[in-house]
Amino acid sequence: MPSRRRALAVLLALALLAGVSVAVALVAGSIPVTFADLLPALGSGSDSTATEVIRGLRLPRAVGAFACGGLLALAGALMQVLLRNPLADPYVLGISGGAAVGALAAMLAGLALAFVNLFAFAGAFTAMALVFGLAHGDNSWTRTRLLLTGVIIAAGCGAVVALILSIAPETRLRGMLFWLMGDAGQISNPWPALALLVAGIAAALPFARELNLLSRGDTLAQSLGVSVPRIKRIVYALASLFTAVAVTTAGSIGFIGLVVPHLMRMAVGNDQRLLLPASALAGGSLLVLADTLARTLVAPQQLPVGVLTALLGVPVFLFLLGRQPGGRS
Amino acid sequence: MSALLTTSGLRISIAGHPVCDALDWQVVRGQHWAVLGRNGAGKSTLLHTLAGLRHADQGRILMDGESLDAIPPRDLARIRGILPQRQLDPFASTVLETVLVGRHPHLGRWDWESAEDRRIALAALEETGLKDLAQRDVLTLSGGERQRLAIAQLLAQQPRLMLLDEPLTHLDLNHQVALMDLMRRQAGSGTAVVSVLHDPGFAARYCDHVLLLFGTGTWLAGPTAEVLTATNLSCLYGHTLHELTDAGGQRWFVPA
Repeated sequence: MPSRRRALAVLLALALLAGVSVAVALVAGSIPVTFADLLPALGSGSDSTATEVIRGLRLPRAVGAFACGGLLALAGALMQVLLRNPLADPYVLGISGGAAVGALAAMLAGLALAFVNLFAFAGAFTAMALVFGLAHGDNSWTRTRLLLTGVIIAAGCGAVVALILSIAPETRLRGMLFWLMGDAGQISNPWPALALLVAGIAAALPFARELNLLSRGDTLAQSLGVSVPRIKRIVYALASLFTAVAVTTAGSIGFIGLVVPHLMRMAVGNDQRLLLPASALAGGSLLVLADTLARTLVAPQQLPVGVLTALLGVPVFLFLLGRQPGGRS
Repeated sequence: MSALLTTSGLRISIAGHPVCDALDWQVVRGQHWAVLGRNGAGKSTLLHTLAGLRHADQGRILMDGESLDAIPPRDLARIRGILPQRQLDPFASTVLETVLVGRHPHLGRWDWESAEDRRIALAALEETGLKDLAQRDVLTLSGGERQRLAIAQLLAQQPRLMLLDEPLTHLDLNHQVALMDLMRRQAGSGTAVVSVLHDPGFAARYCDHVLLLFGTGTWLAGPTAEVLTATNLSCLYGHTLHELTDAGGQRWFVPA
């Protein structure tokens, strides 16, 4: 269990990493920008090309990627506590499936980007309400029931997505595939997601020690003074909202929500007071770096960032898993 | 003497099957009660109901003079603690971290565990003989070690009423005796203890009071000397038991 001082030190280091990753994202790209250009561009705002590129293109994209990565990692960490299952990720309860159905339906109808986002959010919200309502049905809100309902809804959404893909005209197929794999290039306004990330961490932290108990079992948590039904509802609502906003903003980017909480758990332990903010910072940084690679690696061609997150994450995860000792000090 | 736990007219049932009916019962500070009954008689259900983890069908439960439902969860967790039958560990965690979880009800929303909490946790590990394992991962513990860890966690919680559901599970004989001695010391310092036990011999040796649950809703409660008889136990288990007395005057019950 980390002391408060150590927790702050870890978070400070991760915040530094986040700052560096955003700075790299702002500098990297086909139009050359130096680190020296960064401060003036972000500050007073001269009307140089660098300022325009940074403020108009790279900053929204980097901030959006950071916010979405953070939200997904935070949602994943919360879902793993809620379902007390290390395999849980933000998408396990069908929220991204619902969002995908909404977004692809909007694309199929040829609607504008704003409507794609709106439909995605509506779809995510519908899936969330459906899963919660059905799982809650007979008042026995068990994990198995919640998980099963979510998996079934996700499977149903997957079928609808496949249906839409198979009847979609060739011209729209590429956009749909990019949406499905996650694409930070479509982020228009990143600030709501960032605001939600900050508010979300602030909302989750006061409950963090109760989440520690919840991850050890309902009976234990309840016997030690946690109002289990209430906190489960709060966690479900928060995790769903984070996921819905992240998916609406940048498509269903895989891997971050599952792997980042695990990476952080191996690195800093399973105390939610540290794990939740650490996951948010690390998830954000990882997505910013992945997105920077995605748009520079084979430029001018852009790769879907979801592919990059997986390609980066899998070896790192396996490496850490391999060298993890039996006990932690 | 003030009663820590009082039930009046308490009725509990599991899926229509009665556990106890019209239970009027008092547990006073410093007492150690044994709860005996056949498998499925509802011993765990009774403990969970007394702990406020499930609702009774009828009747009242007073905890420290206040209605159980009216006590906020965190306050309740400082009055009573329960040792569940099974321990779950879905994620890795050290032994010390797991004990410190017991300090939760004593900490404010923004508090972190203090040096004092750590001292209490280490003392609890010392009491249960786990001090050398403080940094071990709980996932590597044996069944008996895990059970002692759960007891250490309960000690760290420092409740005034301890509800123990089969505390001797997984423990070797030496650890069984050590645990019952520990609970005797707890009772001696004013804690009330209620233990679900399977061996009437342990109840006779360590508990000053006994509650028998017959599985039909009927019950019998009172001082060990009066309630714990071969006749009552034969009726309880549906199998004839003989009473033996050893050289030290200790009573034991053996099945015929």
